[in-house]
Amino acid sequence: MNIVIVGCGRVGAFLAGLMDLDGHAVTVVDKDRASFAHLPQTFKGATLLGDGVDLDLLRKAGTEKADAFLSLTDGDNRNLMAAQIAQKIFGVKQVLAKVNDPIRARMYREQGIPTISRTTILGTLLHAMLTGNKEIGPKLVALANKHEDEMSGGPEAD
Amino acid sequence: MYFVIAGGGEVGFHLSKALLEAGHEVMLIESDRKRAQYIEEQIGSVVINAPADEGRYQIEAGCQRADALVAVTGNDAKNLVICQLAKHHCHVPRVIARVNDPKNEIVFKALGIDETISSTRVLMGVIEQELPTGGFLPLMPLTGSHLELIEAEIARNTPAAGKQVQELGLPEGSLIGGIVRAGKILHAHGDTRLDVGDRIIVFAPTATEAEVRKALFG
Repeated sequence: MNIVIVGCGRVGAFLAGLMDLDGHAVTVVDKDRASFAHLPQTFKGATLLGDGVDLDLLRKAGTEKADAFLSLTDGDNRNLMAAQIAQKIFGVKQVLAKVNDPIRARMYREQGIPTISRTTILGTLLHAMLTGNKEIGPKLVALANKHEDEMSGGPEAD
Repeated sequence: MYFVIAGGGEVGFHLSKALLEAGHEVMLIESDRKRAQYIEEQIGSVVINAPADEGRYQIEAGCQRADALVAVTGNDAKNLVICQLAKHHCHVPRVIARVNDPKNEIVFKALGIDETISSTRVLMGVIEQELPTGGFLPLMPLTGSHLELIEAEIARNTPAAGKQVQELGLPEGSLIGGIVRAGKILHAHGDTRLDVGDRIIVFAPTATEAEVRKALFG
């Protein structure tokens, strides 16, 4: 798969590393050069410096040919704009925007833009663990720990 | 009419003031507390100190009965989300967005926000009309495409003066739609020669605007 990820923070870099290990062609976009240091040392994909809501830059990142596009910056609005450009202008089939405000996340989901909210995902996981849910909690935590081990070639998290 | 203005920078402040003076009803949403306070002291209690990109504050500002919302913050992504929220969440009949990057006029249209104002483009248009080297004036983006319409006047001592249309080296996907010479419109054939003073209308992909400029003016 060709994957474009906008935002090379901890989440973006972690996901880029995982998909890269799986053998996919990953391009990561961020406007801060220093953020690429979050990528694991094993990362073989491409990095592109620039604004992830800039039409020309997204074209340069290969969004037209991308199978999946994820916008994972710190800004909800920027993520929503980037994901909409990818879906509506470049026709990417699988897009996802990280939107931490649950109300905005829901409204855009209803408009056909898939969103994920760290607030509700993490909150739901913790709730499942505390209420003794045998399915979600243990499975996700086990998988996350496995990924952490796989990525241990990268920089230490603080 | 009832207007909600999102963003209390210089544009939002003066726009609100002008609308109030024209007898309209206004509510301004500004997220910075000090700025909101200042504006309230200047133009009265028509300010909500809150982020305009959250639905509940748009409702608090009365968006559900507003005739129009104008998003004029300095951040294009924020203006887009404010307008989309107003349209889908509050069903405001008319939403207008300020865009800083002129390319975003086309992006916003594709994303359902039809009315945009690009101060950069307006200013560039004014400046370029004044330039002695001849005019290069991006007129408008074409809805439903990545194309735009450019008007240019062929100037003395530029690469285009005296050249045939086919020799110009215009970027791929662009086309000269017509040549205005001495008040008459001419077809632009490959072997038509451009004279100083000709005004040409060019259709070109928005992303290639700089290349068109370079081909015509060097």
